[in-house]
Amino acid sequence: MEFGLIAFASPIALLGLLALPFLWLLLRAVPPPATKRLFPPVILMLGLRDSEATTSTSPLWLRILRIAAVAAAVLGLARPELAPQGAVGADSANPILVLVDGGWADAPDWDDRAAKAAGILDDAARRQRPALLASLAAEMPEDGEFRDAAAWTATLDELRPLPWEADFEGAARWIRANLPSAFETHWISDGLHSDAKLELANLLARRGPLAVYESGSPALALRRPELEGGIASLKVSRQHLSGELAVAVDAFGPDPAGVERRLDTAEAVFADGERNAAAEIGLPREMLNRATRFEIRGADSAGSVVLAAGGVSARKVAIIDDGGFAEGSELLSPGHFLRRALEPDAELVGTASAADLLANPDAVILADSVPNSDADAAALLDWVESGGLLIRFAGPRLAAAAGGADDPLLPVRLRSGGRSLGGALSWESPKGLAPFAEDSPFFGLAVPGEVLVRYQVLAEPGPDLERRAIAELEDGTPLATSKPVGDGRVVLFHVSAETEWSNLPISGLFADMLERLLIAAAAGPAPLPPHADQLVWTPERQLTAFGEVVPSDTGKPVDGSVLAEGRAGPDLPPGVYRSGSYRAAVPAVPEDRELRPASWPDGTAVAGFDAQGALPLAGILLALALLLFSADVLATLRLGGHALRLGAAAGAFAAAAILPSAGDADDAFALASTRETVLAYMRTGDPETDLVSEAGLRGLSAKLAERTSVEPGPPVPVNPESDELAFFPLVYWPVTPAQPDLSEEAYEKINAFLANGGMILFDTKDADVGGFRFGTANSDALAKLGARLNLPALQTLSRGHVLSRSYYLLADYPGRHTGEVWVADPGAQDEGAPSWKLAAVNDGVTPVVVGGNDWASAWAAEADGSRMFPVGWGSAGERQRETAFRFGINLVMHALTGNYKSDQLHIDAILERLGS
Amino acid sequence: MSGVASERLGLSARAAEAAGGLPHLIAEAAKAAAAVHHGYRGRRRQGAGDEFWQLRAARDGDHFRQIDWRRSARSEAPFVRETERKAAGTVLFWVDRSASMAFRSGERRAKADRARVIALALSMLLSRADELFGLVNGTAPPGTGPARVERLAAELAPAEDGEYGVPPRAAGSRNAIVCLSDFLGPWNAIEDSVEFASGAGAAGVLLQILDPAEEAFPFRGRTEFRSMNGTLRFETLAAKSLKAGYAAELEKRKAAVAALARDAGWLSTVHGTGRPASPALLWLHEALSRKR
Repeated sequence: MEFGLIAFASPIALLGLLALPFLWLLLRAVPPPATKRLFPPVILMLGLRDSEATTSTSPLWLRILRIAAVAAAVLGLARPELAPQGAVGADSANPILVLVDGGWADAPDWDDRAAKAAGILDDAARRQRPALLASLAAEMPEDGEFRDAAAWTATLDELRPLPWEADFEGAARWIRANLPSAFETHWISDGLHSDAKLELANLLARRGPLAVYESGSPALALRRPELEGGIASLKVSRQHLSGELAVAVDAFGPDPAGVERRLDTAEAVFADGERNAAAEIGLPREMLNRATRFEIRGADSAGSVVLAAGGVSARKVAIIDDGGFAEGSELLSPGHFLRRALEPDAELVGTASAADLLANPDAVILADSVPNSDADAAALLDWVESGGLLIRFAGPRLAAAAGGADDPLLPVRLRSGGRSLGGALSWESPKGLAPFAEDSPFFGLAVPGEVLVRYQVLAEPGPDLERRAIAELEDGTPLATSKPVGDGRVVLFHVSAETEWSNLPISGLFADMLERLLIAAAAGPAPLPPHADQLVWTPERQLTAFGEVVPSDTGKPVDGSVLAEGRAGPDLPPGVYRSGSYRAAVPAVPEDRELRPASWPDGTAVAGFDAQGALPLAGILLALALLLFSADVLATLRLGGHALRLGAAAGAFAAAAILPSAGDADDAFALASTRETVLAYMRTGDPETDLVSEAGLRGLSAKLAERTSVEPGPPVPVNPESDELAFFPLVYWPVTPAQPDLSEEAYEKINAFLANGGMILFDTKDADVGGFRFGTANSDALAKLGARLNLPALQTLSRGHVLSRSYYLLADYPGRHTGEVWVADPGAQDEGAPSWKLAAVNDGVTPVVVGGNDWASAWAAEADGSRMFPVGWGSAGERQRETAFRFGINLVMHALTGNYKSDQLHIDAILERLGS
Repeated sequence: MSGVASERLGLSARAAEAAGGLPHLIAEAAKAAAAVHHGYRGRRRQGAGDEFWQLRAARDGDHFRQIDWRRSARSEAPFVRETERKAAGTVLFWVDRSASMAFRSGERRAKADRARVIALALSMLLSRADELFGLVNGTAPPGTGPARVERLAAELAPAEDGEYGVPPRAAGSRNAIVCLSDFLGPWNAIEDSVEFASGAGAAGVLLQILDPAEEAFPFRGRTEFRSMNGTLRFETLAAKSLKAGYAAELEKRKAAVAALARDAGWLSTVHGTGRPASPALLWLHEALSRKR
């Protein structure tokens, strides 16, 4: 159902809108429920009158809110869609045929094509027009029945492009046979031209309107490599001529270690208006022959991949051994092992003599035979110079013939006689093989330890020897040597091709080495044999439409005549086929297929894929309904008198926003306290005491800076409730009755501070007149504090204590008064306070120093440096003040350096010993 | 002093626990009682008692047995040793435990609990001064001592039926009646009882205990108010608009309580459960001390 731009997928749900008027009445009648509260003074309220009109209906705005919510929900359930696709007209009831090409050219943007097809099918479903979906490259459906368009979704999901081009003639035949005379066609085309395609389009146009959709991405096809010299030239064809285009072509194949990787890359550059461009891959011949696959980078279609049949398939090899020589036993014949090694992959031709060169083999193997005549030798040399590969094996005959002049058919000069390793008359034991060097054609082959050489022919030492050796024994003597001759190459194995000299011929390595040599033997892929169409070919690997190489899934043999035609299709999936030792590659795009933009019958509507699909609105409407319902819940709660904590929530937000600034303040405090060493005093709440503490510590700090390397910053007041204590080495704590009670957390904080190396100087400022036992108000306050603090046992500060010599040597510790000072007793047994393992935890530093000498007053300095309080009388008083400062300095030193100076205690004894 | 209080606390708490009573109330009461620092002193005037009050010159009419011979022998004139008067006054509590007193808002204690705490604390203070105390409508006769405090706690434990409390008609010229209630009940009955008691010569105090919510009326929106037992209902669409009217009604009731007390020669005040019990206790204590 459609209304202008909006269409509804489930229009039946719209019936729900009919219920809205009733809902309106119902809502009007039912106001939100009242909150019930127990409230005893209700008795006082009985006579009261509500000032607001006592309507028992819900407010208008609430009703509108609710109706809107329900309407949004109903509309949402009807699944409306905005601007549905206009591809399928509503003016006709004809069935709809949806065609996709489904060939290799569809692969790169297959998802878009499937989405397009799905969009057209959706449209058809929305307009209740039957549809038929067919992929031209695949088998056409058996019956031409148009069905409900929605039923094709599953078919579309399973549809995949196929790696060949559609058979348009077959499709036209099928359409003529199966489809009615009038239908509407939507063809999602790959845009490639062929005459059969145009004919099919004409047929479809006669049956009804034809709409064609083409993607903008042009098709590219890669052609078989053509070898010229050492260069493989790969032609790339393109569909559209306009514009310049550069594509990269990669060659893939096994590297020497057998791992598939990219061997080389070349670029093909199209000039404007050019249909073809070539990429030239120049690789050593054996590398080139190793390539199994060439691919246009990023093109992701079967057309952009060319498979090479690969390997030494169908290399023609002539093995020349003197058959008469080994008439006794075949196992003694050198040719036997060579044949067994080469048979699986190579075509072996005659074995008699160089006359076989007439068969023009790719390689000739001489197994311990020397050319019979000079003419033969000359013919061989000619052949090698024109590009042949001659592989020779040593043996008794060659060994006998060696030592003469330079033989052009040998890579090195041989010394006469051989070298025996192991055996009765030799000191040496049989030698194994050394790993192959990197520049050797055998590089990457594993060297089995069991291969041993007992006898070899040796080369005359020469400057070329090292360069020419391509395989060596453990002791560095050559096992195989190689020399280029003209365009060809001569390779000599310094052992025989049978098992007398070594067990190499019966190892797997032998076959591998021969294969490596033969890979380089021939130029380019082996052509099909003339009798190819009489063979039966089995698929080995096959191409998917997306250009991936996979093992053949069917394994269905293919008739040679089909293969020879070379047209990929359902009967001949592109890939690599094998028949005996022959291999053949079938490309997805036939060699003669020219890529051209498609032409369509007159009056055909050609469009791109980009037509906008329908925008579903259901989600938006349902979300809106949900929002409105939530608003309704809130409103109902509010009407019902439930206090909404919106204000509180806003407050919480504000608090969260403010919190970071509190954190900043903490950070500022921490920074100020740790940027330099600072002394701290406890804020007591008594302004005068705090002032004196501040002045005292400032005075002490000045003295410290003046006399020691400790240069403290300005003193910091701390409040154990809110501030972190851990930054301070020493906290001065004047205890007065005004001392406020501390919270549990503050006590814990102080205890942690003391237990972890902090030091607090408690000062009762009362000259210790009470001796702690008969308390002054101050010492009472201290006792109250101390009861909650985790303090160690105390002792009076004796002369032996390190505090008396941590900087100055002190005998007493006065402030403004001179009284006893108490420190932790390191010798005391721990009683219920196991954390006071003083020596272990705090380097023997006393966590507390307790006294009543009012040190701060003695230290206190005005801002101009003058003294704040008098101490004692005259010069004796100044002496006392000096001692007070010295005590302060000692205290800070003790706090900072621990028991560093405790060995000073033994200085008397040490001096005495030194003196004696 | 706190030692005495905590000793009481221990005893009372143990006894109350054994009786399945309200130990936390007793503890709270003991704390409140301890806060009234000076305790319940004597009558501060001459009278019958054991404590020495003063020596004065003998006057005509003094019995010779009153003469303090030892003191008199040190001077010319005879001296009389007077003792402090120790009146055995009786304080009767009426603690409203009706359903309306069970109301509480937020995390606060119910009004009835506050009334119990105040009554118990006051009884502890009275017990310290050897005054007699009991419940107006109690099962046990007035008495004194820690045991009587615990007995009182047990008597106070059960709640009463009825939506709102009305003080019973009780009399006794030597009695002081302490009424702890929200005084929300039917006014005529309350008035009648108080007038009856004061008419019979009893002194008394009225402590009106209200929950902060009852004074602030923090309600809004459509609300149905119900009394605690559900016998009274009142529904409103906008509770907020009722606030002014309700406040006026409440003020009227508070004024009525004050007027009633004034007319009877009694004292009255309002105590909110949002505040601690001790100020109210102190006020009660002073009020009782002054009255006699």
